[in-house]
Amino acid sequence: MAVKVRIPTPLQSLTGGKDEVEGKTGSIIALVDFLEENYPGIGERLSEDGKIRRFVNIYLNEEDIRFLKAEETEVKDGDEVSIVPAIAGG
Amino acid sequence: MLSERELERYKRQMMMQGWGEDTQRKLKRSTVFVAGAGGLGSPVSIYLAVAGINHIRICDFDSPEMSNLNRQILHDHTRVGTNKAISAKQTLEQLNPDIEVTAFTDEITADSVDELVGDAEIILDCMDNFPTRYILNDCAIRKGIPMVYGSIHGMDGRMSFINVPETPCLMCVFEASPPKEVFPVVGATPGVIGSLQCLEAIKYLAGVGTPHRGKLLVWEGMNVSFRSFNTHVNPECPSCKGVR
Repeated sequence: MAVKVRIPTPLQSLTGGKDEVEGKTGSIIALVDFLEENYPGIGERLSEDGKIRRFVNIYLNEEDIRFLKAEETEVKDGDEVSIVPAIAGG
Repeated sequence: MLSERELERYKRQMMMQGWGEDTQRKLKRSTVFVAGAGGLGSPVSIYLAVAGINHIRICDFDSPEMSNLNRQILHDHTRVGTNKAISAKQTLEQLNPDIEVTAFTDEITADSVDELVGDAEIILDCMDNFPTRYILNDCAIRKGIPMVYGSIHGMDGRMSFINVPETPCLMCVFEASPPKEVFPVVGATPGVIGSLQCLEAIKYLAGVGTPHRGKLLVWEGMNVSFRSFNTHVNPECPSCKGVR
């Protein structure tokens, strides 16, 4: 078991085109740091000064982390983390 | 009453389980507000029109451009430079002369929104920016009517049925606007999301099925993935806090 991270289309240019990458257990903000180590540039797209950007939603399985423990939400083995940025087009 | 022509026109949808003439008559008494006559507003208003929604209030202050025509199927090259809402009215009345379409060429602002939405029973959010979506969200809360949110980018889309106080509002789901950009898109993308938005509105007006409430649909066309996430009321939400 591992942590799965679903990467949205606009950020896949930073993950070599992969729509799913492996993450790690621990807090959400630690996971963002881990992603930045492996996929430079992704960190600043997702966060600023240790906080997730307000127009980016992150879901732990089906739940929005803002209604869990936000950046400190714990990710466990087997969890799926989805990055869902707001998109404006119409 | 449905005319002979209407009975024939809507025959195939009246065949659906739980539909029939009674449901069709409900649609014939319905009024909707379509905010935006662009990529999403095209499939949304076209399918509302041909389903027999009595009155479509459609609003857009912009003009069709050549670079819109890969997706904004309400318009064609002869309408470039006209107004999108007026062009939409022409197309929709051509498709279904038995309905009423009112075109509004105004910009949707906090001051104009309540009058533009008027007596509509539901708002279809087909905008291309969040600031206007939040204005529509606030209007839907004030009027106590639902709003079907949709947005797109490339081959991705989002959709949710919002009906405060039963569901979180749009501001609870997305608390801030993404940076402004000229977004990439292929026409079938608003086709997918706009059709889903339209179906949510038709279901609501017809009183059939279960709306996609309390959930955010996230569609990724590149890998044909449809996923739903739970949405929650933000107790500190600046838009809906006062009505809960």
